[in-house]
Amino acid sequence: MAEVWEASKMIELTIDGKKVTAKEGDTILKVARENNIYIPALCYLEGVSSFGGCRVCLVEIKGSPRVFASCVTPVAEGMEIITNSERLKRYRKWAVELLLSERPHVCSVCVANGSCELQQLATDLGVDHLRVEREWTNYELDLTHERFAYDPNRCILCTRCIRICDEIEGVHTIDLMLRGKNSKVIFDLNDKWGFAESCTSCGKCSAVCPVGALYVKGKPHSESKRKELASFVTSRRSEKTIG
Amino acid sequence: MAKVRLATVWLSGCSGCHMSFLDQDEKLLELAGKIELVYSPIADIKDFPENVDITLVEGAVGNEEQLELLKKIRKNTKMLIALGDCAVNGNVTALRNSLNNSVEEVLERAYVENATIKQNAPTNVPRLLKRVLALNEVVKVDFYIPGCPPPANLINYVLNELLEGRVPPLEGRFKYG
Repeated sequence: MAEVWEASKMIELTIDGKKVTAKEGDTILKVARENNIYIPALCYLEGVSSFGGCRVCLVEIKGSPRVFASCVTPVAEGMEIITNSERLKRYRKWAVELLLSERPHVCSVCVANGSCELQQLATDLGVDHLRVEREWTNYELDLTHERFAYDPNRCILCTRCIRICDEIEGVHTIDLMLRGKNSKVIFDLNDKWGFAESCTSCGKCSAVCPVGALYVKGKPHSESKRKELASFVTSRRSEKTIG
Repeated sequence: MAKVRLATVWLSGCSGCHMSFLDQDEKLLELAGKIELVYSPIADIKDFPENVDITLVEGAVGNEEQLELLKKIRKNTKMLIALGDCAVNGNVTALRNSLNNSVEEVLERAYVENATIKQNAPTNVPRLLKRVLALNEVVKVDFYIPGCPPPANLINYVLNELLEGRVPPLEGRFKYG
């Protein structure tokens, strides 16, 4: 998108009753965060492309009965956005519950316990139990890589690892195979990680994994997470001439 | 006013939730003034009584005996509370569900492969269910206290609120899992 580099037109809109100005073309999520309005999000990762998969960042726009994923919806002049209605809370809670039900997320034996974004969201949204039956998948762990480990049973298919591997590291070692809840994050052509030749072992994937699916071996999870990565990613991003 | 009849039950769990319950320390004394403990692993009472006001259930449902007991608890209890992650969602107890739902495989692993003497599964105990169940997969649960284990302060807070006749909102007060 070449227009990113043209002088941006400024527009006005309201978020939760607060008047804000924004650059045309920016997403609702970006504008909200710039104005210190918190919209929870899970698959969204600053600095890489968004695809609106997790449905946690949903917002309402006055005049439409639909809800919109704020990470992929651009702002428009005069928009009136609601970020925190009872309906949105209900939907977000369901989204997180369904993610928790899809695979056996057992926090007490997970490396990410205490530094997990899914767990934190569940806590914030008041998910105190699951209203649907859980899937107890039994994927094999991949411990073949020298430095990293991969447990598909904890994966929520947010695809952050895939996007950062492709768009920032530029190697696209990681991708998805199969469909729906059977989707699985794979390395190269479904090789074991340790044998995936294109992997540069940069560690960005494990640094941005919101849960305990990709992690650094022998290191506390909280230390291997992306504390400073967002700024690192965005600075790299601005050097590139892509939208 | 009559004292609230409280029961605590230990199903398939590690007893950590009960340890956390006991960790209320001196607050237990205050609590003791308001309740009558009618059934608990820390009290010598054989049968689950009738007309119980509040029952805290720790652990998931792992065998046939627990399944029957939980149904009886539900019938005899006004407010049934799932205490801790095993009761809430299966947690560690339910990890065996990932093993193709095969009880035989689990017993073989635990009592034959990993045993050095007496290599056979016990037979004089209640039979394991094919699948470990969270409480709400069996009966209606009125309140959930998540955590592995739930902190003593959280248990104390919830019990005191309930004794005052309020149902406390838990958003942000607990840690999921």
